Amino acid sequence: MQKLMNWIEQRLPVKRVADMHAMQYPAPKNMNFWYVFGFLSMVVLVNQIISGIWLTMHYTPTAEGAFASVEFIMREVDYGYIIRHMHSTGASAFFIVVYLHMFRGMMYGSYQKPRELLWIFGMMIYLALMAEAFMGYVLPWGQMSYWGAQVIVSLFGAIPVIGPDLVIWIQGDYVVSGATLNRFFALHVIAVPLVIVILVFLHICALHEVGSNNPDGVSVKFKKDSLSKQDKTPFKIHQYYTNKHDYSDDVVPFFPYMVLKDFVALSVFLFGFCYVLFFAPEMGGKFLEHPNFEVANSLKTPEHIFPVWYFTPFYAILKAVPDKLFGIMAMFSAIVALFALPWIDRGHVRSWRYRSGFHKVNLLVFALVFVSLGYLGGTPQEAWKLIASQVLTLLYFSFFVLLFLYSKNEWTKPLPARITR
Amino acid sequence: MKKLVFILVMCFHPFGFSATGEYGLDHAEIDLKDKASLQRGAKVFMNYCLGCHSMQYQRYQRTFDDIGIDEELAQEYLQYSGAKASDYVVRAMDAKDAEAWFGVEPPDLTLVARVRGTDWIYTYLRTFYKDDSRPFGVNNLVFPDVAMPHVLEPLQGTPIVTYNEEFKGSDTEKQVKGVITDGSGSLSSEEYDQVVLDLVNFLEYTGEPTRLVSERIGRWVLAFISVFGVLVYLLKKDYWREVH
Repeated sequence: MQKLMNWIEQRLPVKRVADMHAMQYPAPKNMNFWYVFGFLSMVVLVNQIISGIWLTMHYTPTAEGAFASVEFIMREVDYGYIIRHMHSTGASAFFIVVYLHMFRGMMYGSYQKPRELLWIFGMMIYLALMAEAFMGYVLPWGQMSYWGAQVIVSLFGAIPVIGPDLVIWIQGDYVVSGATLNRFFALHVIAVPLVIVILVFLHICALHEVGSNNPDGVSVKFKKDSLSKQDKTPFKIHQYYTNKHDYSDDVVPFFPYMVLKDFVALSVFLFGFCYVLFFAPEMGGKFLEHPNFEVANSLKTPEHIFPVWYFTPFYAILKAVPDKLFGIMAMFSAIVALFALPWIDRGHVRSWRYRSGFHKVNLLVFALVFVSLGYLGGTPQEAWKLIASQVLTLLYFSFFVLLFLYSKNEWTKPLPARITR
Repeated sequence: MKKLVFILVMCFHPFGFSATGEYGLDHAEIDLKDKASLQRGAKVFMNYCLGCHSMQYQRYQRTFDDIGIDEELAQEYLQYSGAKASDYVVRAMDAKDAEAWFGVEPPDLTLVARVRGTDWIYTYLRTFYKDDSRPFGVNNLVFPDVAMPHVLEPLQGTPIVTYNEEFKGSDTEKQVKGVITDGSGSLSSEEYDQVVLDLVNFLEYTGEPTRLVSERIGRWVLAFISVFGVLVYLLKKDYWREVH
């Protein structure tokens, strides 16, 4: 057996890669529960891919057959309802864990130098995920699928000069139709997942190159030969890392310590996930919207058209601006601003634990604004809500403006030399 | 007498009948485990609804198996629609004819409970009222100007809308209170409510026939995850003891 392993190892570095990136990867031991959402989003990604493969075995990507084929899966495919609900619950779960993962990055300054590229890859995953979720929601071909697609695709029509032609090019028809459904299916099951998987790979490569951040935001690696023997970690860390740096007694190998921590989080997550999956897959009309149980009808507009909950913050920003083109630009800027975060934040202290009270308030207000915008974008429009969403849109952008202004000369607490418990 | 009141109301308050559809919904206390209720509901569906409404995603045999309808009764239903047990529950009526007769094609009802909610259907079927201005002589409180005739009228009797009257200065304001039957139906008002409730229960079942089995499997899954979680937690604690 050992001979076989050696034979393989000489031709493919299986063990070396496993040691480097899992068994002996140095992880700061003060990582708290906020650090489990990266792992959880990988779990959900795998769930989406596996349940998705099984769904495509029975799904029909045509305007005539799509809705009926979903009901066929729900009723006549063995355990089809579990596969479908794994996928539909997984879509919402994906955004829950990704939003928490992103907020973690913002709290502990994980986007700051030298992790800018890591953050950019993460944002690209988020963007691809939004495209993936949008096109996936069209596939059941219910009323919300159809009219949601209509609304989102028509946004491109506001682009000057090329807009109207662009819409036709995207739809593959003069209206959202079977042609649109069919190409969204192709993009949803092949193109975008491939992009997401590649980006996740790059995200992890970039992470392991610079090393994991931690709640204190202070480094766990030191200049080579600068630590005494008792300050160094007693654990075996892969030489790829120890050849370049000394690692303090604040790191543990990823396996088994972090893996076990992640698995505790996984069981808590799975409990909630499976509860929704088996007992409340509609989640009160939030994960599966009620009008989407009616087949798409181009002659009958639903009373209210909402995107699914994870898009509603941006939808609220879109609706807050009276002009369509400027609304789209505002919505787009809301995402671009997140991309630019590593350069908007000019501070040198990563974790909010050691940053000013003003920063903490700013970040908490931002989180609150995001959730509130989500509420406003997902409920029927009213006069006061329009004003509220305009105020909140301004607050959303003011987070970035303020951060840019105060971060350069921000009052911060002294950083500890080593991480705290 | 009630008819007279009805006519009087119509004369004095011609716009009173443009009910706004904002009539509050009654709660339908359904129970998917109540097989007798589901069977009664299925019977009402086959007898009264299937003439115009299909249930195109649901098969007869599946329905019979799930709600415990025996062979003999099953044959009776199948005779009625001329279908095989393996067929989907579809109506005989042609779609074009339907549109010509009703102005709109009667919708498929497989998933209606998931679209509208059970409370809505329960209230809708109990709030038809006599309105001679409509093609079929009836209107509805929660679905104003609905194109559907009151198919269950032989059971309920002719329903008449009633009002709460409130004196505000010199004017009388009228608010829709509900409907009462003129008593010409074969059922009492409580019996009729039960029939509608059974039907709604059945529609909830067809909306997601796997609901109960999903919950049964779900309990085992959650139990497994709980045990798994406890074991992983203990293992994690043991490993981390040496770290701290």
